Amino acid sequence: MGTPMQITLDHVEDLARGAAILGTGGGGDPYIGSLMLRQALEDGLRVELIDVESLGDDDFAVPFAIMGAPTVIIEKIPNGGEMVAALRATERYVGESAKAVLCAEIGGLNALLPLVLAARCGLPVVDGDGMGRAFPQLQMITYNIFGVPASPMIMADEYSNTVLIESDRALEVERLGRSMVVAMGGSTNICLYPMHGRDAKRSMVRGTLSLALGLGRAIREARRASNDPFVSLLAYLRTTPYYQHCRVLFEGKTVDLLRETKAGWAMGRVLVEGTGSWLGRRCSIQFQNEHLVARDGDRVLTIVPDLIAILDAATAEPITTEALKYGQRVAVVGISAAPIMRTPEALAVLGPQAFGLQDAFLPLERIDI
Amino acid sequence: MIEVLRIGVDVGGTNTDAVLIRGKDVLASYKAPTTPDVGVGIVAAIDEVLRRAAVTPSSIGVVMIGTTHFTNAFVEARHLCRVGVLRLGAPATLAIRPLLDWPEELRAVVHGHTEIIGGGFNYDGRPISPLSVEEVTRAALEFRVREIEAIAISSVFAPVNVTQEQEVAQILQQELPGVRVAVSSQIGRIGLIERENAAVMNAALLPMAERVVGSFRRALADLGIRAPFYVSQNDGTLLDPDIVASYPVLTFASGPTNSMRGAAFLSGTVDALVMDIGGTTTDVGALLHGFPRESAVAVDIGGVRTNFRMPDLLSIGLGGGSYVRTDGGRVLIGPHSVGYRITTDALVFGGEQLTATDVAVAAGYAEVGDRDRVAKLDRKLVATAVDEIHRLAEDAFDRMKTSSAPVPVVLVGGGAILINRDLRGCASVTVPPHAGVANAIGAAIAQVSGMVDRIFSYEKQGRAAALAEAREEATRNAVAAGAQPTSISITEVEELPIQYLPGGAVRLRVKAVGDLMLGQAA
Repeated sequence: MGTPMQITLDHVEDLARGAAILGTGGGGDPYIGSLMLRQALEDGLRVELIDVESLGDDDFAVPFAIMGAPTVIIEKIPNGGEMVAALRATERYVGESAKAVLCAEIGGLNALLPLVLAARCGLPVVDGDGMGRAFPQLQMITYNIFGVPASPMIMADEYSNTVLIESDRALEVERLGRSMVVAMGGSTNICLYPMHGRDAKRSMVRGTLSLALGLGRAIREARRASNDPFVSLLAYLRTTPYYQHCRVLFEGKTVDLLRETKAGWAMGRVLVEGTGSWLGRRCSIQFQNEHLVARDGDRVLTIVPDLIAILDAATAEPITTEALKYGQRVAVVGISAAPIMRTPEALAVLGPQAFGLQDAFLPLERIDI
Repeated sequence: MIEVLRIGVDVGGTNTDAVLIRGKDVLASYKAPTTPDVGVGIVAAIDEVLRRAAVTPSSIGVVMIGTTHFTNAFVEARHLCRVGVLRLGAPATLAIRPLLDWPEELRAVVHGHTEIIGGGFNYDGRPISPLSVEEVTRAALEFRVREIEAIAISSVFAPVNVTQEQEVAQILQQELPGVRVAVSSQIGRIGLIERENAAVMNAALLPMAERVVGSFRRALADLGIRAPFYVSQNDGTLLDPDIVASYPVLTFASGPTNSMRGAAFLSGTVDALVMDIGGTTTDVGALLHGFPRESAVAVDIGGVRTNFRMPDLLSIGLGGGSYVRTDGGRVLIGPHSVGYRITTDALVFGGEQLTATDVAVAAGYAEVGDRDRVAKLDRKLVATAVDEIHRLAEDAFDRMKTSSAPVPVVLVGGGAILINRDLRGCASVTVPPHAGVANAIGAAIAQVSGMVDRIFSYEKQGRAAALAEAREEATRNAVAAGAQPTSISITEVEELPIQYLPGGAVRLRVKAVGDLMLGQAA
């Protein structure tokens, strides 16, 4: 299935923009990741994107991500070596050599970093991830939901100091990991959910790196041709195997914004007043780091884990929850999550109830608007 | 007390404007062309306002200069020097080298040599690695052999701890006499790449900044003005010329800031939206208590990402010179413009291009140029175009408002004549007199500020006492910078807690602003 695709400098911007859309308001600014990838490629390193089916069942593959505070990541930028150190420590501990790097979270900054690690190790990256978007906690991932153990998790700092966390519970790995992030200066490089090809094939949200690239490309090409980027974006999504249910949920102007920080989360909601065919209506989008639910009045338009992206109404540039402010002209786009994320097992971990919402999950294609 | 005579000068890309004011009164204003040696234009503009107001140079109390000269020079990559970058942060940060995403043409001009050595801090103040004097001197040698003229120093979390940057600056000045040095902590905020970019921009401008400040000085001396002079900075307060010569990027946003502060002064409103309509673009900004609202997002200057505190501005392609075109039944305004050629290319000035100004004249509410030349324009086209101009303006206003409540609007700039009716969502629309020289007026009324930016211990002295101490110190600094003590108010308090340092350490940034204290007029 599929020939490997060479990632080049021309892909970096598309990938970053697509990853920001899939960040659904959170996931961290991909800027630092795109600079790291750019440097690796400018320095002559190469990285290939491969299909998960091309992994052998016994091939060892390791997901990579950065865990930490965005404020720290934009100051204490990695050196790249610590990423490799985390991977090597994982290989040593498990006693196998990695054949590929996996992506844990396609939404935001963590979409680009596995490519940087892979380029530095001469390994391919598998096209897919464990979230199909961004989520705030590391147990909210299909790898966990489908029985891949989170540990051993290896964390590495800029001195390549490494810490191993082993537990049979993903929540404990998350809890212990958080405190180690503080000790490592507020951000750290992690390898976790190490697995074999057969596990990747059954637990991965497939094709999401290609998806991010395609989203970025659709917007770039529409802008260059002075076409409507939304038409191009939706047309592209409809060609994908399982993100094909998508629609502009609402269009209007942000008129009210409520924000608070609770237990480290950026919580809040934004109100959008309708324009055009939405005139006279109001849409609210509730968020916890990422957008959770979009409502027209009381009616749910789209709810987690389906994706809700807020984009600039003219340029389709994604707007993160931190960048929201009064008076922005926005289009709210709903995109269906992959079927693997809509299973009962997945919904128990990353569905509406996991975020304290009362509403049941309803696939967006079954909601009349 | 007799209020002193103040001269405000705005050195823009096209024009150098001068105004002479006393208290609230604008006594004279004049626009002269900006000249390659900026001093020549300044002399011409000031000379003319003195003549018009029949005032002698010796009676001037103070001169304030605002300029977009440094911004323009950077964006156009003119008069920049090659910069060496010394980053303190290894072993962290090596995955992104300095200047990585600069536009190629700017990087080609500015990039001299870059080094990343041990140093920098964690967010909690713990060093990433100790500073090594040997490494600094080795880097200095690399800069010397490449004949680098200016060096930018950046350190990880320098806003939390400035000591390493300062120490390295001292070493480099000893090792490389004559080489200019800029440190990132003086310029930018959290965000290593953006702050480092700002420091590099600053370093690249240093030789030019010294020349320009020298040129300002000579211009005033040539005019026989012995009064003190100041240059306005990003937040609308004044800088000593010596500081501008070392930190020219601190003036980068002063153009729009001065225009908005000038609009506040001229209209007597302190909370309003300001629309500065030029020949090609319109900038809309918000005034809060007389100061521009600041942008929260990264600002690109010439394609380089920075995190300066800049006024939150929305620029749209509407100006006096904007093309007016039809497309099917629709009328399109801008974004293309005849720009500074408006006085030759617009219909009312004898040209061939239909512009927004022509439409305003044809509709009968603007009076410039020759009305007869637009008399035959289609009435329906004119009416539709006027509607479209107002729709664009309304849309821009609406996007800058922070709530749905109506707010007053102040129009400034030469293109203010395009607007002739109330805009939807606005409480009122004012075009104050002298609106065409709002920039120079904003410079003339600028205040002085005093800053405190250091670490306090809340555990040792308590939060209230620490804040009080910081306020007092900022006030003292403002007085030392020339502020009248009774006029000082605290305009900014920022608390940045620093965990894991013993004693509840908090970084406090406090700014005090007051009126410049001046002697009586001679």
